[in-house]
Amino acid sequence: MPSQVATIKNTLGLHLRAASKLVKLAHEYNSEIYLQKDEIKANGKSMLGIVTLGAVRGSTLEIITEGPDAQALLDAVVGLIERNFDEEV
Amino acid sequence: MSKTLKGIPVSSGIGIGRAFLLDRRKIKVEKYPISAEDVPNEIERFHQALDLAKKQLMEIRENLVRELGDKGHAHIVDVHILILEDEMLINEAIKIVEQERVNAEWALRTVLSQFVNIFEGIEDSYLKERRSDIEHVGERILRNLVGKTISNIDELDQDVIVIAHDLSPADTAQMHKGKVLAFATDMGGRTSHTSITARSLEIPAVVGLENVSATVKTGDPVIVDGNEGILIVNPTPGEFRNYLDKQKHYKYIVSELLRLKDQPAETYDGYRIELKGNIEFFDEIPHLLSRGAEGIGLYRTEFLYMNKKDAPTEDDHFRVYKKLAKQISPYSAVIRTLDLGGDKIASHLHEEDEPNPVLGLRAIRFSLKHQDLFKLQLRAILRASAYGKLKILYPMISGIDEVRQANDILDKVKQELLSKGIYFDEAIQVGVMIEIPSAAMTVDFLAREVDFFSIGTNDLIQYSIAIDRGNEHVAYLYEPLHPAVLRSVKQCVVAAHSQGIRVAMCGEMAGDPLCTLILLGLGLDELSMNAPSLPIIKKIVRSVRYEQAAEMAYRAMILSTPSEIEDYVEKAMRRLFPEFF
Repeated sequence: MPSQVATIKNTLGLHLRAASKLVKLAHEYNSEIYLQKDEIKANGKSMLGIVTLGAVRGSTLEIITEGPDAQALLDAVVGLIERNFDEEV
Repeated sequence: MSKTLKGIPVSSGIGIGRAFLLDRRKIKVEKYPISAEDVPNEIERFHQALDLAKKQLMEIRENLVRELGDKGHAHIVDVHILILEDEMLINEAIKIVEQERVNAEWALRTVLSQFVNIFEGIEDSYLKERRSDIEHVGERILRNLVGKTISNIDELDQDVIVIAHDLSPADTAQMHKGKVLAFATDMGGRTSHTSITARSLEIPAVVGLENVSATVKTGDPVIVDGNEGILIVNPTPGEFRNYLDKQKHYKYIVSELLRLKDQPAETYDGYRIELKGNIEFFDEIPHLLSRGAEGIGLYRTEFLYMNKKDAPTEDDHFRVYKKLAKQISPYSAVIRTLDLGGDKIASHLHEEDEPNPVLGLRAIRFSLKHQDLFKLQLRAILRASAYGKLKILYPMISGIDEVRQANDILDKVKQELLSKGIYFDEAIQVGVMIEIPSAAMTVDFLAREVDFFSIGTNDLIQYSIAIDRGNEHVAYLYEPLHPAVLRSVKQCVVAAHSQGIRVAMCGEMAGDPLCTLILLGLGLDELSMNAPSLPIIKKIVRSVRYEQAAEMAYRAMILSTPSEIEDYVEKAMRRLFPEFF
């Protein structure tokens, strides 16, 4: 199970708009994805799940993927987070 | 059981009647068990409601894009569609239907409240507020499940007292069609747009009640006391009789005051000021004239832009202004150019979300950026000035540059009209709102550039004290009698009079009887207010000598805190007018 840690840097944190981008991206892959913040783990293909993590700017998440294209999904999602969800910061 | 709630009184009068709960979001959901063989049907029903909701949202989205070309709002709808399709939401709800064998409505409501609880626990206020998106989507699905549509003030078939969590300007705009005896809300402050509308429509109102919408049910007997800021649910027979008496007494005072309508607003010793009206809708003009208003000190033009698919054309503006000029003749009307912003956003002009719209691109800033729209409005005002006495007022001026820019544009428009041989009032007066501290501090310069000042106290107070007037947590800081406010007003009057121009006040403070003598004493030439305040203000002006007012203003100016000033003014006014205070 590939996993990687990433920090949320965009101003508004993992809000609906950002989460929706992440979910759309995740749905392009067949693997499962989970985001873990502290003790809470959310389904990365559920926007509501992601938003309820309450990941504000500066939060650190562990991203875990599992399945046939797990590494590609992980790289894509980490890339999105590092690009600040293509938002202006 | 009788229960009394205390809120902020924002529009005077007493309403007694049955409650009507206007609830945009929450609909009542019953829990009922279903049999094992009905589970697949129930899940199918849930899917149908989801499909319908998606279809509805897609239609809304299409309309938005087609009619407004509005990407920002379309994105919000996209997010709503994603919530609708959310795996977690759907799966959790279906799981509850299967495991607990309950109806889909109940299952969905359970999941929604779980989400809302989680959101409540999030510390970040931006994320926390996003729970409303989930609630909106959830309520849409629930409405589809139960086959109910949204209740609308327009559809009321009897007189009621409207109770709501909060009301949008669009809701209050519908209220002026009548049938609303009073209203009461959880949210809001004295000068939120909703409250201002209530006063001008003479609907008694109490806001900031915090949990009235959770306490009162549709059909409950309710008393709304807009004078004291009290709401009573299920009043006792004693309370009921007491309030019927109070209502009668209030109506008596109002009718007594109306007898002054044809008397001028002047002191014993003949010092004269002008009392005018603030309006938004034409149906307010008869209210004003019947109370003796001598013209319109503030005509708000924002409603031309609201609740419309397309921006108003020059002729749309022109027709309205021409009607205004004719109806108010022989008096004058001051037309304030677009003052869009804050809670009055029209979607077709709304460019992008601003983090802080109150300090953002609005009013004259917006007009100077969108000069075509500004010119169109100025052209319409000028053309209409041929039919009566109109004046132009620029809102939210922060300094001289903006006045000069706006006047340059006005000059160009005048030249265009002249070259086309279109008649207009070439000497039309132009004034500025004094509502930003930077303008209040440079009034001596501004006085050389314009024909009159109009002090907008709502914003002046808000910007001077740095408070959000709609936020009930800081609403207590909204102090019209703050020394800083009094000094600003005084400076304004001194600067204006030394240049020989007049000073009006069109904010809420102008219509507050408690402040009347202070304002008179500070030297204001005109007070412009909502119709209900006119008679009492005139009565107060006519009951004193000018030196009394000047003395009061002087003594208030040397006190250093708002509470000392308020205390002094209240005592003085109570002594002079025991029947009112």
